[in-house]
Order: sequence, then structure tokens, then C-alpha cells
Amino acid sequence: MSTVLNPYLAAYPALSAVLPGQSLAWLQDIRAEACARFASHGFPTPREEDWRYSNVSALDKKNFAPVLAAATPVIDAEWLRQYQLADAWSLVLVDGHFCAALSQLHGLPATVQVVGMAEALQEADERLASYFGTAVNSAEHGFIAFNNACFTDGVFVHIPAQVVLDKPIQCLHIVTQEGALATTRNLLVLGDQAAAQWVETFVGTAVGYLSVAVTEAVVGQNASLTAYKVQCESEQAYHFGGLYIKQARDARCNHHNFAFGGLLARSDIHTDLAQAAECELNGLYLGGKRQHIDNHTRINHNQPYGISRETYKGVLADRARGVFQGRVVVAENAQKTDSTMNNRNLLLSADAEADTKPQLEIYADDVKCGHGVTVGQLDEKSVFYLQSRCIDEETARNMLTFAFANEMVDKVKVKALHELVLAQVLARFPQQGINQDWL
Amino acid sequence: MLSIKDLTVNVNDKKILKGINLEIKAGEIHAIMGPNGSGKSTLSHILSGKSGYEVTGGSATYQGKDLLAMPPEIRAREGVFLAFQYPVEIPGVSNVYLLKAALNAVRKYNGDDEVDAMDFLTLVKAKVKALEMDEKFLYRAVNEGFSGGEKKRNEILQMAILEPKLCILDETDSGLDIDALKIVADGVNSLRSPDRAFIMVTHYQRLLDYIKPDFVHVLAHGQIIKSGGPELALELEEKGYGWLEEGQVTA
Repeated sequence: MSTVLNPYLAAYPALSAVLPGQSLAWLQDIRAEACARFASHGFPTPREEDWRYSNVSALDKKNFAPVLAAATPVIDAEWLRQYQLADAWSLVLVDGHFCAALSQLHGLPATVQVVGMAEALQEADERLASYFGTAVNSAEHGFIAFNNACFTDGVFVHIPAQVVLDKPIQCLHIVTQEGALATTRNLLVLGDQAAAQWVETFVGTAVGYLSVAVTEAVVGQNASLTAYKVQCESEQAYHFGGLYIKQARDARCNHHNFAFGGLLARSDIHTDLAQAAECELNGLYLGGKRQHIDNHTRINHNQPYGISRETYKGVLADRARGVFQGRVVVAENAQKTDSTMNNRNLLLSADAEADTKPQLEIYADDVKCGHGVTVGQLDEKSVFYLQSRCIDEETARNMLTFAFANEMVDKVKVKALHELVLAQVLARFPQQGINQDWL
Repeated sequence: MLSIKDLTVNVNDKKILKGINLEIKAGEIHAIMGPNGSGKSTLSHILSGKSGYEVTGGSATYQGKDLLAMPPEIRAREGVFLAFQYPVEIPGVSNVYLLKAALNAVRKYNGDDEVDAMDFLTLVKAKVKALEMDEKFLYRAVNEGFSGGEKKRNEILQMAILEPKLCILDETDSGLDIDALKIVADGVNSLRSPDRAFIMVTHYQRLLDYIKPDFVHVLAHGQIIKSGGPELALELEEKGYGWLEEGQVTA
């Protein structure tokens, strides 16, 4: 153990004094336990199997500082419009604090609760106590413990049974202060047979900062959640974002993970499936320059008849490194599980790297589980096909590279979000020969 | 239109085509038949510019130009069209996008303006209807999840939009049931014109019941061993390829 006190621990007493939920004993216990765990374990290291490809040791030297109180943010309205969905209820978190002025919650059904986490804790909402921490395990790794100990705000969403929302709810994370640490915690609860779309977007007007965001989603019986994550953090930003889902019997969950930004970005997407629950995890990661983009997924088939479908694609250019670790665990009694996992990587430069590791752990004997992994260049047959259709080679290669990514973009069914994601993808690709008006 | 002289081609140092001679004039339909492994597909590929083939001798002159010296997209823009035996699936690119990109690439090459978006859609929808395809196909990814028949029809759709001068149909009939074959054949027949030539590479005589060739050539062991009129195809259907190949050996 290092004798030098971790800078985040050194700053913790000042932070903890202003954290929300001081009067809630259950939360204080969680915070204290998490702080102790972080003090002894710190951030994850490559010695941990789930972190072997990603080294976050730079964080201890960077010393990103938490923003203790919400300030009135100065954010260009035009810039914000790029990321804030027009036809959605949106909550904006600025530097780790809910900002009511930028949020848009008009027209929410009265039974649906969408509120800042600090406010919900202030009001001692009892539902928080019963759901908080039920989908994520603090011992999972250092960032979870860190988040438990440090989160300053976030969003609490409660959708009662049977309620079907027709517009998505967006949580927009913005970091505006250079060197800031934004630690946020969301809790999403869908009652039985409820249906909702949830969008998390990560952006920054600052260049270098650390964002540690954890979302728990508790999805009731036969309920349906479609969730999107669009990570467009700034160039020098560090990002850890985890989504932990608990699906009750027959619940359906589709997740689309777009990992585009940050210098070092890691996503954890975990879901627990009860009987006959279904999940679809899709992901697209694009890396350029010296970006390091790590995606870690875990699907726990805990009971019989579950279905999981997973497709992650990566495009890596320059000296970028992409990591995909996909773990599927089928418990002994999870018979008739049907699971497929696919990870495909396109390397655009000789210096780019893709590390892919599918892990199937199957303890049941009557299941259908498959996985496939590819790392390679563009398919020359496809290049020739396009050339034979009058398209020059450079355009053909750009089209195919774009198409490889666009297959995942096209899965986005929220129109405004589709536009946002498409614009982000196009901005990150050689556009020579790609006609956006035709897409 | 196309003159192939003593063309010899190697693949991985193996001789596949061993001196092909073929003269094709505008307006003509030539069927190239032959057993599997005779070099039929190699001939289609070499004419359309696929890589992986080494021309060791001879020439292919298309409209007075050295066809073999052109990159594939220039051949295509000059009017050579290959309908693939196995059309490639391109997830992420819609059919309509590809059609528009292809047509505009030709128009640009010919010094024409890009096609007007409305005119284009009218044109495409008319062709789609003629091929008895669902308009929804236009907005689906190129060939992705298409049945064999749908893929082949899609090739003919592209051909109908691009209006090439030399159409090479590589085993277009294989994998088609009789209904799909009729639709594809109707599509091809509607494109017959005095300024357009067709090379139909096929293993089966059945296609020629629906698209009447002017000439039939038999390719075996990398050489054209017999040429004739449509009646040759019927003879092949009846007797198979064996009698010709044996004749070749003993000749």
C-alpha cells in the first residue's frame, strides 16, 4: 500500500460535509462502507481480471477536484441544443449537480417521478431507501465504491406500474470546469409492465476532467426499458460510466452504448435476468488518436428461459485502443437460456489495437449459447462490389467504414437521438465521398 | 464492343484461362456455358476487374480501349456491369443510397449533373415495380437478409438503373426458382437493345429458355471448345458436357 494519501481521500472530509443525504442513516452507512473500501483498494488496477486491459493509475496523479456546490452554469444555448433532445423530458447535470434551469420536465404524467437525486434524498423519499444499491455491488470495483462514497447528485426516476411513457427521458451530463470531478448517481425504477426510454448523454465544455457516473435500473415484471448511452466526453477527459440493471421476470431491456469520446473511457453494462427476461446489448465504440475505450458487459442469466443478444462493434484508428470484455454467466438452474454475443472490430491503422475477450460461463446443461469475435480490416469483396458499381476505391472504403458503424446507429429508434448519434459518427470519420443528405 | 484475344489468366500460378477468344458486338447476347471449374466465373471476374487474377497473355479491348488496364470503377463507369453470382451484403448502406451513389458516379464521369432527387425516386420506383420488388427493399441495407432470389433481382435493379452497355451475368439463374427466374429474365429482356450486349455465364440451359442467346460458347478447362447458336444449348442439355470434353481430349 502506498504511504502517500490518495488525493481523493485527502479531499474527502471537505466533500463529505456537503454531500446530500446527511440525515439518512442508510445512506451514511453506504457512504462510510464505500469510503473504507476505496481507502483500502483504491481505483481498480490491471491486476484485477476485469481491468487487465485498462490502466487508470493516471487518476491518482491528476487529482481532479469535486465541485462542491451547484453554480449557475454559463452554457451556450446553441451548443446545448446539439445534445439536448428536443422531444424529450430532460434533466441536466452540470459538474455533478442537477440544474433545474436547463432541465425540461413539462408535461410529465403526475404519477411519474423525475427529480434530482439530491432533492429526492433531501425529501427522504422512502423508495430510494428500498431500491438504492440493489442493482449494483459496491465491492465490484473501485469506481463503484468511489461513486457510492462521493456522488454529489444525479437523477431519481420512478415510473409506476402500467405507465407507458411516449417520450424519452434524457439525463444530460455536462462538465464545464477544467479539472473537475463529477460523480453522479442515478436510480431508475420501472414498475411492473411499465415502459420507458432512457437516454444518458455525456459531454463537456471543459477539456480535461473526470466523470464517474453510475446508474442503477430496477425493471419490474414484464416491463420494458430501452436505454441509450451516448458518451461524447472531451478529448482529455476520463470517463467511468456504469449501468447496472436488474430485470424481473419477463422484463425486456434494450441498451445501446455509443462510446465516442474521452482520453480514457470505460463503460460497464451489467444486467441480471430473472425468468424469461430478455436483453439486447448493442454497442459502438470509435477511437482515434490515443484514445483508450473500454467496454465491459456482463449478463447474468440467473433463471430459466432468459434471452440475451449482444452486438458490439469497434472502429479504431491512429493509435487508439479498444477493449471489449463480454461476460455471460448462465446459472445452474437457468435452463433453456438462449444467448448470443458478437464483437467485431475494424482496425484502420497498423498502430490501432483491439483487445476482445468474450467469456461464457455456463453451469446449466440445456442452453443455447454462442459467441463470435472478429478483428480485421475492411472486406475486400465488399470494396470490389462497390467499385463494380462505379464507386472509386477511396469512397468505397469510407462508405464501408461508415456503414460498419452505421449499422449500430440505425438501431436507434428515437429520431432526434438518431440524428445526434449520426452527427457524432460522421464527425469522427473521413467523410470524403459520403453524402449525408442521402442517408 | 468487346474483343477478347488469346486471353490467358493465372490464379496463384495455376493456369485457369488458357487462351480465350471472343468477339461480342452491340446488340448480341452470348451465353457461356460449361461445367463447374471450367473458368466461367474467372472470365466474368477478369472482365470486371476483380483483384487476385494475373493476366499472363492476350488482351481484352472494350470499345477500342484496353479494358484490363482500367480500375474496376472506371470499367463500370464506361458501361461494364457485372451481376454477381453471390451479391455482397453491405449492412449499414441502404439500397437507395448505393443506387444514388452509383448513378451519380457515372453521371459525374460523363460530365452530367447529379440526378435530381425527385426524378431519381420516380425512376427507381418504376424499375422496382417492373421487377416486382417491394419498395421497402430500397430502404433496407444492400442485400442484407435478402433471399437468393431477392439478391439476384436486386442485381438486375442496379443494372436497370445504371443502363450499362456490356452486361455480364454471372450465374444469375443459379439458386432461383422458376418464378424468380421468369422475373429476372423479364428484367433482362426489357433491357435488350441494339446498343447493349450481354454475356450470360451459366451452368444450366434453363436460363436460355427465357433469355434467347444469339451465340452459345462452351468453356471447358480454360478454353472455349465449341461455339454455336442456341441449338447448342439444347444439345448440351440433352447430352451433358461429357461428349465435348472427351472430344477435346481425343481431338
